[in-house]
Amino acid sequence: MQQRRTIDQIHTNRVLLNGQLDTPKWWAPTVIGLGFIVIIGFLVIGIMVNKGLGVTGLSRPVFWGLFITTFVFWVGISHAGIMISAILRLSQAEWRRPVTRAAELLTVFSLLTALLFPLMHAGRPWRIVYYILPYDFARGIYPNIRSPLIWDPVAISTYLTGSTLFLYIALLPDLGNLRDRTSGWQNALYTVLALGWRGNPRQWKLQTVGGILLSALMLPIFVSVHSIVSWDFAVTPAVEGWHSTIFAPYFVIGAVHSGVSAVVTMMALMRWLWKWEDFIRPEHFDALARLLIVVATGWLAFTFLELIFAVYGLDAPELALREMQIFQWPWWLLFVTFVLTGYVIPVGMWLQKRVRNNIALMFWSSIFVNIGMWLERFLIIVPGLARKTPFVYTWESYRPSGLEWFILFWSLTWVTFLMLLFARFFPLVPLFEQKESQTFGDSIKIGRARVPAILREAD
Amino acid sequence: MSKSVLGLFTDANKAADAMDSLKAGGYPLGTFDVLTGTPYPEGAFGEHVPQHRLFRFPAFGAIIGFTLALFITSTTSIAYPLVTGGKPILSLFAMLVILYEMTMLSAVISTVVGIVFESRLPNINPGAYDARITEGWIGVVISTDDEQASHAASLLESAGALEIKQA
Repeated sequence: MQQRRTIDQIHTNRVLLNGQLDTPKWWAPTVIGLGFIVIIGFLVIGIMVNKGLGVTGLSRPVFWGLFITTFVFWVGISHAGIMISAILRLSQAEWRRPVTRAAELLTVFSLLTALLFPLMHAGRPWRIVYYILPYDFARGIYPNIRSPLIWDPVAISTYLTGSTLFLYIALLPDLGNLRDRTSGWQNALYTVLALGWRGNPRQWKLQTVGGILLSALMLPIFVSVHSIVSWDFAVTPAVEGWHSTIFAPYFVIGAVHSGVSAVVTMMALMRWLWKWEDFIRPEHFDALARLLIVVATGWLAFTFLELIFAVYGLDAPELALREMQIFQWPWWLLFVTFVLTGYVIPVGMWLQKRVRNNIALMFWSSIFVNIGMWLERFLIIVPGLARKTPFVYTWESYRPSGLEWFILFWSLTWVTFLMLLFARFFPLVPLFEQKESQTFGDSIKIGRARVPAILREAD
Repeated sequence: MSKSVLGLFTDANKAADAMDSLKAGGYPLGTFDVLTGTPYPEGAFGEHVPQHRLFRFPAFGAIIGFTLALFITSTTSIAYPLVTGGKPILSLFAMLVILYEMTMLSAVISTVVGIVFESRLPNINPGAYDARITEGWIGVVISTDDEQASHAASLLESAGALEIKQA
């Protein structure tokens, strides 16, 4: 941690609470602009609900298109939070401190957004209640729990509830801090939310032990969620390219790849927008890039395993699908873009120390990854449905309508809007974690060099 | 009538001395505490190491969640016995997915309840407090009766408290 420097608690409060106590000038116009797009988006969704799914490009045989692709994409992004927060917390990685809150927040908001897509995709969203909730006592009709479409909402709502509670518990000390720095209605709000937090040893101990315990509980949920999302496809034998035994780990590692990249994007934006150069430092990007090289390479291995297993059996329909995915227009162009942006370009960049310590380049490399990862989901979902299969007499390619593209764009706006709204009221970097790092930090002399050191408690 | 007396320090050693003085002054453990804006290593102020039962909460929650999930999945399957894809009515793998998720969900919720409960929150009557604690100052707070309040304040002052507050 060579870039670390001593920062007192008053300065930490002033800088990291600048979003709440001294709202930046750009905040209001940006939120109003994004809010306008968000409202338009809801109107567009309203029109789609009113007119029906005919306004989309979905048609026989491709009934899962851009909405489901984007659903999987956002569930993937949501894996950032627990991956970063829980694993780094459990391993007591020092560089986690400025990253955890933003990552947990990204989990919550991207999951909320992901949940909207199956609702939209249903065409008549209210009908989803019929098949998810066991409430129809009068007629004795209950959900079919053998369907993965039931497992999905159960898993995602578990993950969303757990992540939200995790986020709140870790916010308690900072809510106490905000209560101490505000007056009027804001003080009343933070007083209620802080639950009377005072910062005694019992509360700090429970904060630490509880954080570790929740991390340990959230990790298996995080693994299960994207596994279950993958089973939406993997348990469908009728569609080539979907019915794969390695989909669960493949989806999980892909989700971690896209999610951690999204955290890089977010951290770069936080550093630029709120001027948190002292707290979000190049060393954090360097550490994330090293982690991403490992994750991306693991993910690439699964991508090739999936292809190898598919073609090894020489099953004619499977071979035809892979040929279409990789060699036929326009799929080959998407495939090449996916490989280049999902792995070749970003990993090639991350292998260079100069890039890992350059925040602008890290930002763009993380954007590349998420373009690639979105395309990956699109290439998994659509070609398998679009291909001509026996006894299917309607087939054609799928062209998403302008409305679908707008809703995809809208979802990015919506998540950004929620993030900025959150940032107005709550700190994006955990202050108590930063202060703890300072309290536990010292410097030691080794030979003639003085190096920063961090004290770690034995348990 | 109980009173809360708070001594404010900027030096952790002096705050630890104040804790020692209160102990030596005959105040029982549990009536005085140290307040900080950031976690300190356990025992840094010679404070009483807090005991908790947090680990019981997730286990209890998991049992509740598992039982509830087992009840919902089995009773709804039996109540509407629709054979799908040739699978048995009580299809174990499908049930396992929901059992797992509901068990974990309930464990997480009960852990959060446990953290709040064991932290003694919500704390409606927090006693003497100062906003500078979240700026790096250290507070040593004691709950005592009216007669003893001035004695406690003098102990805190003699240990080096920069300011004394009462509530």
